[in-house]
Amino acid sequence: MRVWDHPILGPLKRAREVTFYLCRNGKCEEVKAFERDTVASALLAAGYRVFRYSDKYREPRSVFCAIGLCNSCIMVVDGQPNVRTCITPVRDGMKVEVP
Amino acid sequence: MEAEYDIVVVGSGPAGLSAAAEALRRGCKRVLVVDENPIPGGQLFKQIHKFFGSKEHYAGIRGFRIGEILLNDVEKLGGTVLLRTSVIGASYDGGTKTLWLNNPERGVGKVRTRKVIIATGAKENVIAFPGWTLPGVMGAGAVQTLVNIYRVLPSRRVLMVGSGNVGLIVSYQLLQAGAEVVAVVEILPRIGGWAVHAAKVLRMGVPILLSTTVKEVRGVEWVEEAVVWRVGRDGRPVAGSETVFDADLVCLAVGLSPNVELTRMLGCEHIYLKALGGWTPIHDEKMETTLRGVYVCGDVAGVEEASIAIEEGRLAGIGASCEFLSREECSSLVEESWRRLDELRSGPFGEPRKEAKRLILKEFKQRTGSLSR
Repeated sequence: MRVWDHPILGPLKRAREVTFYLCRNGKCEEVKAFERDTVASALLAAGYRVFRYSDKYREPRSVFCAIGLCNSCIMVVDGQPNVRTCITPVRDGMKVEVP
Repeated sequence: MEAEYDIVVVGSGPAGLSAAAEALRRGCKRVLVVDENPIPGGQLFKQIHKFFGSKEHYAGIRGFRIGEILLNDVEKLGGTVLLRTSVIGASYDGGTKTLWLNNPERGVGKVRTRKVIIATGAKENVIAFPGWTLPGVMGAGAVQTLVNIYRVLPSRRVLMVGSGNVGLIVSYQLLQAGAEVVAVVEILPRIGGWAVHAAKVLRMGVPILLSTTVKEVRGVEWVEEAVVWRVGRDGRPVAGSETVFDADLVCLAVGLSPNVELTRMLGCEHIYLKALGGWTPIHDEKMETTLRGVYVCGDVAGVEEASIAIEEGRLAGIGASCEFLSREECSSLVEESWRRLDELRSGPFGEPRKEAKRLILKEFKQRTGSLSR
């Protein structure tokens, strides 16, 4: 969920809206984000919580470090695997897949 | 993107930015700062609290404002900041260093530089317990980034693990963002962070449970509840002392470790110092490592605080540009900087780190046969 108002940072300034696609099991849904979002922040803001399933045991994984160090949040972005979504800015029309 | 630089700074946090600004001020011309994040400032932009210390170290100013000041300094002085750029390789032949950079738009390329300042910061530690990989178990710093920079609260009911300054400050900032902190648990019998931060959290009615740790986190695809239990004097958990919290976010604030991949890759020598967060590169009093022309500053050179990272960045910037200064000018600037660092490292939290830093200098002298080159 968004933090719309904040006692120190003030109200959230509206940035340009960006639309990208989240694809799971062959089905894609539209996700709305703000321009300065990363893929990870946009997905969490929109209520999507599982970013991928682990290779061996298919356990759910999500954001852990949010600064590009731990690789927990990697997804397939525009066909490229292992993209760290927490440091990847959103772009209009980008396709993000849950591996 | 093949190019030649005087200095390439890796990391645009408080240490990296102030190193770049200082080097530019002292006569270096071609200075490049690279950072793999889409926004500069490292962890400064998520620090929405006011800093302590002296005026020289931006006391009374909130972290994100300090980030803006430092970034503005670098750009005004003619430095270049290249974002979304990872260093994926580094080689060292004594003189020129080659860094291989990867940028999603520009692809892979190399830059040559005479000197490198490594300011790659630290990473959050984790502790393992059943459920530790479950989505909704996150680093406290990660949640701070999401809330304060991206303005996203991943969940509403938070259990904080660890009562060091990070645990306390992030708990307070989560309350400011509208979350509920069900408790802060601390495995030691005392609060880890500063009393002033603990008081703010306690005043808001958040319990800080001492001698308590996580037993287990449960949930299917996201945290649904967290079980904590008490720890006895012998350090072992006490069966039957469990409390179940209805939490949907578990934040781990259990320390940080220097981010030393790059200094390791280059072949700098390291030393293990608990007071500084673990393995950290050995350096001299100008922050130069055991490899000539390779400098370190900030958390990669020992996990401390942002104001210390800023000062250490200055020191590395001075060290790397001493060739443009007279011998006297250089040594007096270096001395001044150490005096300020000693001030910042005073008090019960600073003294062990001051001691550890002295050990690093001693170790450098022993291994290289000189204190300064």
